[in-house]
Amino acid sequence: MKAPMKLHLWRRYRFCASHRLHSAQLGEEENRRVYGKCNNPFGHGHNYVVEVAVSGAVDPSTGMIANLADLDAFVESEIIEPFDHKYLNQEIAEFRASIPTAENICIEIFNRLQRFPHARLERVRVEETGLNSFEYAGELAGVTHE
Amino acid sequence: MAGDFLHLMVYLTRKIEFSASHLYHNPAFSAEENRRVFGKCNNPHGHGHNYVLEVTVAGETDPATGMVLDLKELKEILQREVSDRMDHRFLNYEVPELAGQIPTCENIAAVIWGLLESKITRGHLYRVRLYETPDLFVDCYGETNGSPAHKGEVR
Repeated sequence: MKAPMKLHLWRRYRFCASHRLHSAQLGEEENRRVYGKCNNPFGHGHNYVVEVAVSGAVDPSTGMIANLADLDAFVESEIIEPFDHKYLNQEIAEFRASIPTAENICIEIFNRLQRFPHARLERVRVEETGLNSFEYAGELAGVTHE
Repeated sequence: MAGDFLHLMVYLTRKIEFSASHLYHNPAFSAEENRRVFGKCNNPHGHGHNYVLEVTVAGETDPATGMVLDLKELKEILQREVSDRMDHRFLNYEVPELAGQIPTCENIAAVIWGLLESKITRGHLYRVRLYETPDLFVDCYGETNGSPAHKGEVR
């Protein structure tokens, strides 16, 4: 008998937002040294791409892991509406306490999407530009799962 | 030094494209329920996509050839098993492996996995990724391969 397979459904979304990388724990000069151009006090922006993977049983009556209309509506209300055309440092509550690097944005998006009720969230991938991307799967470092 | 190789797992990916039409319709649903659940995809005339398929094979390189498997062999398998079956076809009616299923990206990817798994004899089939559009795609892994974290894949 063939082993059963595991399916991940991926969907790609976009939002545009500005941020500034600045750590309250570092001095002005240290911030400039660590963050370079990203420390500009006026901030700057990116066209972010967010890829979301969910898994679960394929419903035989629909052939789907999750209805894309449900996933799209959830991502729209949890991520796109609050993040798109915003200044992340000020307008996303979590980034008043943490620095909105792409790493932290990826984790925050994962945490928000974990509440999706119709499938299991597997992974979030964020492209900050076409040249750098970040993935988070909610795992503890060094832990692999069978 | 010959015979002194580290056994390193390498992941090799080959990409193909095929174009096909489909529609979503469950005969057990009413006409109204079909429209509600499947939306535009329920159009009885069907519609089509340019599918992009990425097939990843994992294995150790053969020291004699430096290859996991011959790409030409993989290309021929993909042509025979996938392109010949699905390219420029109406998936609901012309692909027997999909009979009785809704030809969603999930189900097509699973069928492709089933068609390829036993044909890849050098290395093993690790992942099938099927893009229906650039914004919608499905990854299929074998349960025995575990999650993408299995076998120390560097991510």
